[in-house]
Amino acid sequence: MTWEIVIGLEVHAQLSTNTKIFSGASTEYGAEPNTQADAVSIALPGVLPVLNKGAVERAIKFGLATGSHIAERSVFARKNYFYPDLPKGYQISQFDLPVVGQGTLTIHVEPLSGNAKPYEKLVRITRAHLEEDAGKSLHGDFQDMTGIDLNRAGTPLLEIVSEPDMCSAAEAVAYAKALHTLVRWIGICDGNMQEGSFRCDVNVSVRKPGAELGTRREIKNLNSFKFMQQAIDYEVQWQIDTIENGGKIHQATILFNPDTGETRAMRSKEDAHDYRYFPDPDLLPLEISQQWINDVRATLPELPKAKQARYVNDLGLSAYDASLLTASREMADFFEAVLGVVPAQAKISANWIIGEVSAQLNRDGFDMAQCPITSQQLGGMLARITDGTISNSGAKEVFRTMWAEGGNADAIIETKGLKQVSDSGAIESLVDEIILAHADKVAEYRSGKDKLFGFFVGIAMKASKGKANPAQLNDILKKKLAG
Amino acid sequence: MFESSLRQQGDALRAKKISSVELTQLYLDRIAALNPRLNAFITLNQDMSLAQAHKADARLASGQGDLLTGIPIAQKDIFCAKGWLTTCGSKMLHNFVSPYDAHIISQFNNAGAVNLGKTNMDEFAMGSSNETSHYGTVKNPWDTSRVPGGSSGGSAATVAARLCAAATGTDTGGSIRQPAALCGISGLKPTYGLVSRYGMIAFASSLDQAGPMARSAEDLALLLNTMVGFDERDSTSLQREVEDYACNLNKPLSGLRIGLPKEFFADGLDNDVAQAVETAIAEYKNLGATIIDITLPNSRLSVPVYYVLAPAEASSNLSRFDGVRYGYRAPEYTDLADMYEKSRSQGFGEEVKRRIMIGTYVLSHGYYDAYYLQAQKIRRLIAQDFTEAYKHCDVIMGPTSPSTAFKLGEKGDDPVQMYLSDIYTIAVNLAGLPGMSIPCGFGENNMPVGLQIIGNYFDEARMLNVAHQYQLATDWHNRVPQGLQGNE
Repeated sequence: MTWEIVIGLEVHAQLSTNTKIFSGASTEYGAEPNTQADAVSIALPGVLPVLNKGAVERAIKFGLATGSHIAERSVFARKNYFYPDLPKGYQISQFDLPVVGQGTLTIHVEPLSGNAKPYEKLVRITRAHLEEDAGKSLHGDFQDMTGIDLNRAGTPLLEIVSEPDMCSAAEAVAYAKALHTLVRWIGICDGNMQEGSFRCDVNVSVRKPGAELGTRREIKNLNSFKFMQQAIDYEVQWQIDTIENGGKIHQATILFNPDTGETRAMRSKEDAHDYRYFPDPDLLPLEISQQWINDVRATLPELPKAKQARYVNDLGLSAYDASLLTASREMADFFEAVLGVVPAQAKISANWIIGEVSAQLNRDGFDMAQCPITSQQLGGMLARITDGTISNSGAKEVFRTMWAEGGNADAIIETKGLKQVSDSGAIESLVDEIILAHADKVAEYRSGKDKLFGFFVGIAMKASKGKANPAQLNDILKKKLAG
Repeated sequence: MFESSLRQQGDALRAKKISSVELTQLYLDRIAALNPRLNAFITLNQDMSLAQAHKADARLASGQGDLLTGIPIAQKDIFCAKGWLTTCGSKMLHNFVSPYDAHIISQFNNAGAVNLGKTNMDEFAMGSSNETSHYGTVKNPWDTSRVPGGSSGGSAATVAARLCAAATGTDTGGSIRQPAALCGISGLKPTYGLVSRYGMIAFASSLDQAGPMARSAEDLALLLNTMVGFDERDSTSLQREVEDYACNLNKPLSGLRIGLPKEFFADGLDNDVAQAVETAIAEYKNLGATIIDITLPNSRLSVPVYYVLAPAEASSNLSRFDGVRYGYRAPEYTDLADMYEKSRSQGFGEEVKRRIMIGTYVLSHGYYDAYYLQAQKIRRLIAQDFTEAYKHCDVIMGPTSPSTAFKLGEKGDDPVQMYLSDIYTIAVNLAGLPGMSIPCGFGENNMPVGLQIIGNYFDEARMLNVAHQYQLATDWHNRVPQGLQGNE
């Protein structure tokens, strides 16, 4: 019996403002506990929130980047509940009037099962709203007590809610990754998942095809894509097993334990909070003028989809290459910077970045921002490939050297003597020698054994110590072997 | 000196006829003598007050003295003042020494005024008699068996008893005007947003407004000039051009149109109060005003609407008092939930708990639409009533409170009776309008009666003019409670 999986995500993206959403305290990560907790963060009696415009601008950017409706007027509401790391006893959030309304995000799905092909899918975004983060409860360091660190209290968050449009762990992960790329691309969130800058809550339910939506359980606070996939896989199986064994799914909030790979209920719907939302009387409704939106739009970088279209239409790249090059802003920026050095060499630039550069980054565990080779270095090397100075194999040698030791292509080519021989006279005499030395093979070739051509290329290249210009060598070999 | 106005005190200080230290000490001595009978202060700190007085004297000596420099002013204990115990009348904050100054405290400090002490008040400003204070009831200086009104009862009593010339108050549903009326002084609640709420401990954020309390409208104008001003730390603070609230004081009143809402003179109003108010209206006719009958049809709903909205906001505003970071924490508890429950049950008084429960209820799932949203709609209707009325008149007048000061304990068992004490003041807060109360005579028990003057938005200068002209023609505001003349 088959089951349909229904997944929706709520993502909390920490906005990259220097100060908190409702006060001037710093948002920098990793400070000593409570050193970034000002009067507002501590919620002293009498203090009031003042909205950080930078947080609003980032929300607008997100709305523009996802083609979402941006509300002319949205309202901050208080979400009331008691918890020691929630200093006011309420969280300032947005409830029925969020700043960002419906939009969409295109995701690129790499199916997990071997044979299926990658595909694209449009996921609907329900809304995105601004809110403040809570502080942290620190258990463990204080005998029988809990410590409270309010540094994070008041950090601006954009909570991005999707429609339940994903129907596999792969799609959920693809959506989370696309969102992760986007928020970093438009510079509204540093995306650091280890530090909690990008946290995902995943709502999972299963149903029989055509049936009504099943009861969902919400997996809270996933901070890696790997855990997300594991958690969803486990949860889906658990739900299917439960139902098939005659059980019922009850709405619940659950946590994923990465050590055991299991999910566990945190609280059930029965003890769900009544948050008593109401408009925060300390804050005026947030009004966003068309002018403000236009001003923010002017600061928005070219978005991945637009770039992909341009790469395909103007640069002649394949759609696949274009999507790989726009996997991150850093990658696209690097590609475009390389093109600045070798204009009109889009294809070879793309190949090298998608191929060697990405592979080497992977091997070294670096991301694009940590790439030891500059666009100037790579472009310089590509210029030497395209002008015939070095062969592809020579280029690989240059690349390895650059990666490990630095330096520019010309210097490395010089030191290592990698300049390829394009002198046709030299290549001709080399080919003549080979023909003389391998008269038997030449005879076989001439009697129709075409496959031997590769053999001649191989020994000729070897004889030239790899420096012969391959195209020239091919031409000359062909001509001379033909007799 | 105790009978002198703020302007006279300022003149004397700048003319070096008296120093700020001397003036402050005079008041502190008078407080020491009379306050035990009134309980108008929660905190006095002679050292801090005199230190400010010394600084003021230095400033006066250098010729840098401002209108309020060196003048002692009592501050309602709802305002955070750096280094001062700030309790808000609650056990919950019995140990809270504020690390920062409220906006208005900074304004007074910048003007060189002296903080004379923190005045008693109903707990978290919830009350109309000052009986909900954790620090004991304030007594009315006119009759110490009677209430001073509330919640700014300490400030009203201290001004009435001449323990200071001026004090600050806050008004969420009448908490400046009603005690001003019951104690026979003048008090002004400005237009919502005119005075920053920063550092003023929140009761109901959309209604709370700080204002001055003094003997005369002239003094109120001087105080208001210091208190107002845009403050970027309060998002509801209004950015307006600075105006001098004293500039219109001497304008004659001929042509003034006074609206009398029939709803303010209906059942529930005591006869003696009605008579005093009518006599005052007659005086205004003498001064050249014309009387226009108006109606505020929705004002009858203002008490029920207020007792939905104010507790709703309060239930959330008071959530921060949880025993975790500051303030009262129960000495014994078993776990987190128990710590919250015990700290809040022990730290809050009955009236505060009642309002937290009402507020929690009206915001709850399934009740929000029926109570909170409905009340918000009626709130808009009440405001529209005033907008309509101001098409026909310049100011609205009526009684401040339906009765004069009642006996201590008289309404203790019946919260609704207590709530009706603010029946004429609450609509003003719901509409965000400015309102004031000035003394206009005495009732049957020789207790003061207050005349309420309600202005249009930002019409404080005209209201003060209207009040001042009346005070030039009458002397109710200069009457002194018998038996409290003290040591002058």
